[in-house]
Amino acid sequence: MDPRDLCAEAVAGVLARPLRTALTTLGTVLGIATLVITLGVAATAGNRIVGRFDELTATAITVEVPQSEDGPLVGWDAPAELTRLRGVASAAAVAQNEGDTDLTVTANRLVDPTRVSGRNLAVVAATVDLPAAVRGRVSAGRFYDEGHVLRRDRVVVLGADAARMVGVSRLADGPAVFIGERAYSVIGILSDLGRDQALSTAVIVPPGIGADFGLKDVTRVLVNTRLGAAELIAGQLPRALSPARSGELHVITPPSPTRARDAVEGDLNGLFLILGLVSLVVGAVGIANATLVTVLERTSEIGLRRALGAARRHVAAQFLVESTLIGLTGGVIGASVGVVAVVAVAAVRQWTPVLDIAPVLAAPAAGALVGLLAGLYPALRAARMEPVDALR
Amino acid sequence: MAEPGTAEPVIRLVDVDRVFPAEPPVHALRGTSLRVAAGDYVAVNGPSGSGKSTLLNTLGLLDRPTSGRYLLDGIDTTTLPDGERTRLRGGRIGFVFQSFHLLQHRPVLENVMLAEVYRQPPTNLRKGRRARAAQALERVGMGHRADFPPNRLSGGERQRVAVARALLGRPSLLLCDEPTGNLDGHNTTLLLDLFDELREQGLTIVVSTHEDEVSSRAGRRVRIIDGVLREE
Repeated sequence: MDPRDLCAEAVAGVLARPLRTALTTLGTVLGIATLVITLGVAATAGNRIVGRFDELTATAITVEVPQSEDGPLVGWDAPAELTRLRGVASAAAVAQNEGDTDLTVTANRLVDPTRVSGRNLAVVAATVDLPAAVRGRVSAGRFYDEGHVLRRDRVVVLGADAARMVGVSRLADGPAVFIGERAYSVIGILSDLGRDQALSTAVIVPPGIGADFGLKDVTRVLVNTRLGAAELIAGQLPRALSPARSGELHVITPPSPTRARDAVEGDLNGLFLILGLVSLVVGAVGIANATLVTVLERTSEIGLRRALGAARRHVAAQFLVESTLIGLTGGVIGASVGVVAVVAVAAVRQWTPVLDIAPVLAAPAAGALVGLLAGLYPALRAARMEPVDALR
Repeated sequence: MAEPGTAEPVIRLVDVDRVFPAEPPVHALRGTSLRVAAGDYVAVNGPSGSGKSTLLNTLGLLDRPTSGRYLLDGIDTTTLPDGERTRLRGGRIGFVFQSFHLLQHRPVLENVMLAEVYRQPPTNLRKGRRARAAQALERVGMGHRADFPPNRLSGGERQRVAVARALLGRPSLLLCDEPTGNLDGHNTTLLLDLFDELREQGLTIVVSTHEDEVSSRAGRRVRIIDGVLREE
């Protein structure tokens, strides 16, 4: 039998009962569409979350510097050196006491029993690049510069929350804060921190006077890289900061984008994939059932074909091709519906639709396979019919 | 036509039995022997349940005798495997059924073309098939109905289409099982006229019927009662 004849006969058989064929196709359409939508929406949602990660945290690296008896591991000049690395956008060194060693900070020496005037706030020493390194904004006044550091000026910059707590809102009248017994001029307020938000409640002092509070050595280095350079820079940082004892530094890198994506998809997909597969199985049962009914209905046609010289395998092949065609059609329609649905969902939520091309292309093949499997038993039944009985 | 015995007959049944297993067993054919030479026009008579259909099915290779031999064009079919019998059936036998067996959703021409689909190469060529089918339709006087769906034709016209389908591919034998069973008198006459024409063109025809008008037009009549075949 000419394969083209086989296809022509199968197509004619499928088109002979358009309504039933359409209803039979529906099961596969639903199954395939569910699968494509599941994969597409998960990928789209995953991409959205990863996109947010990318902008803010994927470029942020923190290096923890352990305190050592044998002198500092990282010097205060290290951030300036770091910016020479290609890919480093900004860097700052920070010294902060471990544990609960906050100091009492007040805006004046008056003892007002009706108000809480003294606050226990963290005091942090940081290099002049801190605003850039924490991606913050100096909302009032200015940040200290190298001049302040070298002159060991007694100036401080308050984090926005710290300023509110001690009651400093304006810098025009040159406010001061008392840390312990000594007064320091407040020259700026740092707000809108993009990272290390804890610094918002801290009093930030230049490295030179940090020693007054036991902040002698660098405990942390904050580094921002250009997009995509985080992993490379993370590998180079320890050696650049402390060539001799690089192994003792602890580098905290952002989670890599691929890991974030995997985690997101893993959560969302499992259940819906099972749902899609169940729909597909239901679709297959639908095809099997409809094809079986068709076989029984077309008994006399089978008999006629046998009388015209069709072998059992020709009859089986015809019904197999018919059910495969139905599955294939369902796969194509299902994939199309799925893609449209993913785009629609993305449009409504204002996400960027992301859809791997592979499952979309594989969907029709999967539908055809479902149809083929579903057609096996009915085709066998058709092939087994005796022509004499079929023609009766 | 050649004398019996000198040339190979189209049909040679030798002592054929067909027993259907049942309690008690049904003997549909008993010791049936039959020779049909090329160009013969044979009517098989008999009441329903007499074994007519079993005989036709056996001749059409749709059923296999329990014992005895059946030679079609000199080929012993009783020992052939299923596949070979199917091939022989497709290539050498044209069927006409009482209920026409036309595919309702295909136009007349495609119904006729279907006869070539399952043939062995080179007789199944797609090229020219449409023309050959149209020619077969012309031969039965149905050329003007080629694009009609079968359900818009009268019973007589449908049976002509079925004959055209059976003729496509030049079979050695035309087997007609109660071809006029669903036709009125006028259409029966027209169909029998067509059979006469075909016989004149040299086709071998075996018709089963219980209508006298049909059997009287045949050149030779055999009668089957309770599985036993007799010449009339």
